[in-house]
Amino acid sequence: MIVKALQFFGQGIVYAGMALWLGYFANQPVYTQLPPDTALVKLSVIHGAQHEGECRKRTQEELDALAPNMRAPFDCPRERLPVTIEVLLDGKLVYRESVQPAGLARGGKTRAYYKFQTGAGPHELEARLVDSARTEGYDYEKAARIDLIPGENFVIDFRAELGGFKFLGRSVTDLPEN
Amino acid sequence: MDLLKRAIRYLFAWMEAGLDRVFPPSCNPLYHLGALGFLYYWVVVATGIYLYIFFDTGLTEAYASIQQITYEQWYLGGVMRSLHRYASDGMVAMMAVHMLREFSLDRYRGARWFTWFTGLPILWMVYAAGISGYWMVWDKLAQYIAIATTEWLDRLPIVGGTIARNFLDPSRLDDRFFTLMVFMHIFVPLFLLFVLWIHLQRVSRPTINPPRLLAGGTMLMLMVLSLVKPAESQPPADLTMVPSPVGLDWFYLPAYPLMDIWSDAALWGLVIFASALFIALPWLPPLRRARAAEVDLANCNGCQRCVDDCPFAAVEMGMRTDGRPFDMQAIVDPDLCVACGICAGACPTSMPFRKASALIPGIDMPDMPIRGLRDDVEREAGKLTGKIRIMAFGCQHGWDIARIGDPDMAVLRLPCIAMLPPAFIDYVLSRDLADGVLLAGCSEGDCYNRRGVEWTNARLARTRDPMLRSRVQMERVETVWAGPVEGWTHRKRLRAFKDRLAALRSATATRPDETVE
Repeated sequence: MIVKALQFFGQGIVYAGMALWLGYFANQPVYTQLPPDTALVKLSVIHGAQHEGECRKRTQEELDALAPNMRAPFDCPRERLPVTIEVLLDGKLVYRESVQPAGLARGGKTRAYYKFQTGAGPHELEARLVDSARTEGYDYEKAARIDLIPGENFVIDFRAELGGFKFLGRSVTDLPEN
Repeated sequence: MDLLKRAIRYLFAWMEAGLDRVFPPSCNPLYHLGALGFLYYWVVVATGIYLYIFFDTGLTEAYASIQQITYEQWYLGGVMRSLHRYASDGMVAMMAVHMLREFSLDRYRGARWFTWFTGLPILWMVYAAGISGYWMVWDKLAQYIAIATTEWLDRLPIVGGTIARNFLDPSRLDDRFFTLMVFMHIFVPLFLLFVLWIHLQRVSRPTINPPRLLAGGTMLMLMVLSLVKPAESQPPADLTMVPSPVGLDWFYLPAYPLMDIWSDAALWGLVIFASALFIALPWLPPLRRARAAEVDLANCNGCQRCVDDCPFAAVEMGMRTDGRPFDMQAIVDPDLCVACGICAGACPTSMPFRKASALIPGIDMPDMPIRGLRDDVEREAGKLTGKIRIMAFGCQHGWDIARIGDPDMAVLRLPCIAMLPPAFIDYVLSRDLADGVLLAGCSEGDCYNRRGVEWTNARLARTRDPMLRSRVQMERVETVWAGPVEGWTHRKRLRAFKDRLAALRSATATRPDETVE
């Protein structure tokens, strides 16, 4: 009888141990991804740069030689140029990369994703992008004064169809372009 | 590798021995890890069906509906949610311990490679199902998981860095996202059931339900846990803020913090390497196993006992090919055979009394034939000279009973205790080769070869063929089923057995005219 009771007690201990194990590690210990008083800035770009060469207008003879459904008026090279992206925070370059287009023939869009942590508070943020063969200046650029709150997820988005860079944050004051 | 395996095995053996003292042998949780995993799976499915009735797949509705389930129906919906979470965690826990234990027992190589191999998709599917479930709540944790997972998946060239953009800001997300998650969270567990079925294809009579006592205790534990510490959501997701700090479910998400420490590519490397290692493990190095059982048609009468007793479905019946007047014959699949010898122990022709013809059973182990076993018994028993002579048969996977070093005991070790045909016990005692026979094997409920102890007990109890002959005096037979660290149990039982045999001897000596039937 005593042995049986002790066995039941032992089983209770085992089950309690299992419950503690499951109950604790189901959401503890807490994970801190971002230190206090910092914010996260994310850059995301999906953009098709300009083609590597100029498009050439096809002659009428060339068009006649093509199947009716293939008679595109311009003959453009498939390959696209790399996209160069820069991000500056308080005048300091924090990201610069020349990203190749996707695809085996380099004919796809360029994709870039980058994130970095910075202290909360006011900053000057600038983003620039070159998607052409130009060697000076930028095709797209945007600068703004931002005020990051602790834990903020600030986004630098790029949409060419909407005019280029978009800064998505709680406090953004656009600065004039250079 | 071997050292690591032994160390883990040793650790498990001690835990098993401890739990054997608390639970009945048939209910030791460590012997039912797979079945417990199944139980948790069914709890997750049942509670999931209930929760789905009330779950609303919308960007804001998802969180609100779960809050409603949790708080407005805490007595049912809240408990269901908690059971759903804790059973999911329990499933991962059981799976991990089960895997580790099978590894330590070396039950992943040789014929068992298939079961090990099919464990990998199970592992991934359980994780996919669990992670998609957390995602559906759309709280801070869901946001953390969504962003971390999509950033990681975006690293794949085929994905091309497009998924994580969905979580850049709140304007990009719509209700369709939840429809996708619901589909994943339902489809993956359903498909998991199919893979679990495949996982058990090479296991004969798999145990998929834990014993009632254990199932009841586990359910009670889950229920109490659900009431004491109900599963709750974290604050709702807000894509304008970083979800930090966040309470992680460490059963499902232990690798997630690595995404912040390592690069995504490094984590992919780790996952691919770990998966490849898992798959390759059965061949690192391959198991040098004994040769598979062989059928001798001249002695096989197609009785099917070997088929009934094989725990690995390695023997099946097929049409007779030798023209003898039997319908069927046994056929061994060498790829499935683990050479445990249980089939030889079950064969009615494994009869040591046979002298007129050579002792060749219908099914036998080429590396340890029954005839050789008889020779060994006669040789070893012949060396016994004490007043009490014991012939012991031990299992190679249990504690080595020869370590006791008792001069009154001869020991022979077999790949499985059920390889011993019961006729050998009769043979030893009736030929006066020993005064008693001791059988030592794995813990009850945890036979290395799954069914050896169970079949042996049934044969001795004369409830399963081949049965021990009724003329065998059971007082002269002792069984010790204990784990590989339980030397003390073997010693204690041997002492008691010797005392019993001595008492029998003196009783017989005082009544010399009595004969034993």
